[in-house]
Amino acid sequence: MAGTGHTQLRGDDVLLRVRDLVVQFPAGRKRVVHAVSEVTFDVAEGETLGIVGESGCGKSTVARAIIRLVDITAGEVRFQGQDLAGLEGEDLRRVRPSLQMIFQDPISSLNPRRRVRDVIGEGLAVWGDEIGSWSLDRIDELMEAVGVEARYGDRRPHEFSGGQCQRIGIARALALDPKVLICDEPVSALDVSIQAQILNLIQDMKRRYGLTVLFISHDLSVVKNVSDRIVVMYLGKVCEIGSTEELYSRPAHPYTRALLASIPEPAPTVDVSEGDIGDELPSATAPPSGCRFHTRCPRATDVCRDVEPVTEQIGDADHFVACHHPVAAEVAVRAP
Amino acid sequence: MAPDQTTAAPVPLLSVRDLHVRFPTERGTVNAVNGVSFDLYEGKTLAIVGESGSGKSVTAKTLMNLLPRSALVSGDVTYAGQDVRALAAAGTKHFFGVQMTMVFQDPMTSLNPVKRVGEQIAETLRYHLGRSRSAALEEAEDLLDAVGMPEPARRVMQYPHELSGGLRQRVVIAMALACQPRLLIADEPTTAVDVTVQKHLLDLLDELRRDRGMAMILITHDLGVAHGRADDVAVMYAGRIVETADARTLFVDMRHPYTEALLRSIPRIDDPVHHRLDPIPGRPPELISPPDACAFAPRCLYAQADCLDGVPELSGLVGLHRFACLHPTGTERGVAAATANRAAGVTVAGLPLTGDPGGAG
Amino acid sequence: MSGDGRPSRKGRASRQRLLRRFRVFRLVRSSKGPEPDGPGENEAVRRRLGVGFWLAVVWLVVMAFIALFAPMLPFADPTKVGYSGPREPPSAGAWFGTDALGRDVFSRTMHGARISLAVGGFAIVFGMVVGGALGILAGYFRGRLDQAVGFTFFVLLSFPALVLAILITATLERSLLVVSLTIGILAVAPVGLLARASTLVYAEREFVAAARVLGARNGRIIVRELLPNVVIPMGALTLLGMAVAVVAEGSLAFLGLSVAGDEAISWGKMIVDGAGLRDLQNATHVAMFPVAVMFVTVLALNFAGDRIRQYFDVKELAF
Repeated sequence: MAGTGHTQLRGDDVLLRVRDLVVQFPAGRKRVVHAVSEVTFDVAEGETLGIVGESGCGKSTVARAIIRLVDITAGEVRFQGQDLAGLEGEDLRRVRPSLQMIFQDPISSLNPRRRVRDVIGEGLAVWGDEIGSWSLDRIDELMEAVGVEARYGDRRPHEFSGGQCQRIGIARALALDPKVLICDEPVSALDVSIQAQILNLIQDMKRRYGLTVLFISHDLSVVKNVSDRIVVMYLGKVCEIGSTEELYSRPAHPYTRALLASIPEPAPTVDVSEGDIGDELPSATAPPSGCRFHTRCPRATDVCRDVEPVTEQIGDADHFVACHHPVAAEVAVRAP
Repeated sequence: MAPDQTTAAPVPLLSVRDLHVRFPTERGTVNAVNGVSFDLYEGKTLAIVGESGSGKSVTAKTLMNLLPRSALVSGDVTYAGQDVRALAAAGTKHFFGVQMTMVFQDPMTSLNPVKRVGEQIAETLRYHLGRSRSAALEEAEDLLDAVGMPEPARRVMQYPHELSGGLRQRVVIAMALACQPRLLIADEPTTAVDVTVQKHLLDLLDELRRDRGMAMILITHDLGVAHGRADDVAVMYAGRIVETADARTLFVDMRHPYTEALLRSIPRIDDPVHHRLDPIPGRPPELISPPDACAFAPRCLYAQADCLDGVPELSGLVGLHRFACLHPTGTERGVAAATANRAAGVTVAGLPLTGDPGGAG
Repeated sequence: MSGDGRPSRKGRASRQRLLRRFRVFRLVRSSKGPEPDGPGENEAVRRRLGVGFWLAVVWLVVMAFIALFAPMLPFADPTKVGYSGPREPPSAGAWFGTDALGRDVFSRTMHGARISLAVGGFAIVFGMVVGGALGILAGYFRGRLDQAVGFTFFVLLSFPALVLAILITATLERSLLVVSLTIGILAVAPVGLLARASTLVYAEREFVAAARVLGARNGRIIVRELLPNVVIPMGALTLLGMAVAVVAEGSLAFLGLSVAGDEAISWGKMIVDGAGLRDLQNATHVAMFPVAVMFVTVLALNFAGDRIRQYFDVKELAF
């Protein structure tokens, strides 16, 4: 895994295409953190793409790079044919309304000093008459859509529970009628009984406003629930991409399989022992050579150490894996 | 403690009866724990499951005598025939941290950032067991080896910040095991780590418990963790145990509507893609001056008039399948209650039963 | 049901165990803090500011009123020499007595509030505006600007304040503006560092990222998102800073570097006037009354400022 390659890209009619995206951060003493390395995927209009992986895999950085909250070191992010990577200043600001984001921490993502109505209306206030003008009715409508009663518009965020704050964050993102909604771990800070409310809400909003969704999470069950297609990432690289159905029923990458075997109630398609891959995540400042997963991979051989795998299609389904020794479909049906 | 009593011993190792914990605050008294009772036998794992504010962590901290002084505690805690709260009041040394130890969610809660991990483990041994410095350091290395730490000889010389989250948690577990405790309380031990690391830590705890015949209380919000790792499970809501049974019964044949709703609301790996989730409507309960009624009633599909009429007691005897519900799911009363509510379109507590139960979160 | 039977495990409990338990306390507390529930049901109880705070405010309002309108109020002419005999003790005619030149000490103290409070107020406002702006800009934009501003602040902090004050007031005309500016410049660095630090904290918060994603320009983010948050800790310090500035004016007066001219009366200058050996021995009131008024004013500023700071601290904790 931990690979490069472009075979997973589909035709030109995709809404968003990320190609060879590289994001590096300086880490002092001339070292750099290789947060995202040559990541390639695309998202079709109306699709929900899940990005899953453990902490440090670069999934959130990919999201923040697409939305230009972090600087892109190299590569391109094409949205409706336009490369966002090169945009600066006013040009960048002009495309921002089309790509909106929901954040992980619902409380940190709301300004404690502003009223909920102002928070939700901020986008409308910024854009004035250019995009559907600011009006109380519009804000009330948004509040109603996400399930927060409009009469609470004058309250401040700390008077709401975490779940309600996340609803307010969703309303803020929807105010500008975006094309793409990026959800960065939107439920991981919420209580179990509230998570389902928010997941259902995101799917409802997707349908109601015709959104394309990029859903980032570490939780395989949550990602499976919402996504049409999934990217599995490890240490800044893509391991496996495929339709949700394919990926969960025939996981081919040893890392994907390890993830599926590690969850408390493991997926039936893998053997529990496949989850034994050691605790130590290699450093992102000096990532392993070849396949970045080879230091923990039970199937690793010499070639994995030296040669970086390239994504290749498995069979003729929508399923791509970057691995020298993928678990073949016939073996995958329950065997170590 | 040698694992001489392998299975259910006649006398429980830990017995908690009618535990109440309240915290006076500016806004009123927070009723964090309201009458919790359970037994734990040697060699068994009890999982306490609940959401934030359910009282699961406060219960654990009460057992370990870690509450702030302002907390008001009542009830009986008996450990191997000893009154734990009396021991705490008398300032008994070498009990907490020796007989009973605790592992926290964030390993840095228990680790001193400016001290080598070997020293920290050795310090526990020296304080509680009176080991010499060199003996303690040697033992620390053995302990790190026992918790599956790679290269223990090198790790003893490292500082906590040089270790990954999973390895730090292993150090904390090694420290907790240093004095051969008979009871280990693990408070969300794997919530802060990744799933592959979580699996290893839970495997480790399981293995240690088996090998040493320890009892374990596993506090978690993750039903999956409780299902796979516990012998018995207690589900807490608003400071009360609302249902408790052995793990299999609880997850397959649950009686409390909250248990059922919680299980239904989480996405599962074997659900079909885009499976519509059944969220629990409404918001978590009020802990300051709660009404004298079933705390779950406002969010419950089965709620009837009698649910608002006093707090239901846990049924049955300690140790059996117990639940605090007047209209338990999977029983005739429960089916009748649900049918009646559905026909009315609204529960007695005012929860609408039509359309998507979104509402306030 | 008492929780007070807890062991005061003193004695041999090692430092590390104490440290650990302290962290656990915090943990327990944070997990049991007021949980933000639905609105309406559970609004945080507003902390009361207390009687002391309002007494302090009344004093400050009265002093501010006197300072503003002293010439229009029925006070004796504060500069009139020989109003009565020199160094007369307090009497019905001259409540605070008279000084060495026979001037009315009460009237002079009241008029002195003009310069003392003006210098204090102007200095702190200057510090807030300049230091606050620099600090927020540095904290928000980081990079080169931050380095430059940070360097300036540290230079200002390391430069001996008194030497700077002497330098400025000795070379320039000692007008009200120059003296206020001098103290104001000294306030820039401490206020600026505070503004920078809180900006750094809030700029990391996701609501700032959210505003940028919505397309808000930097100016709007600073004004709408950061300023309301950063102004709170700064504003709470205004009164405390003003107290320091009032005292600073007194110190300058001792060096003969306060506002020049007999017409310009300040508490600092009055205290200097009454601090001669003869006055201190025979006519304590000449120095003591301005000292007392200045003392009460500074106390009121400190007290009110501290209560406000606590008040807003609690609001912050509320979420």
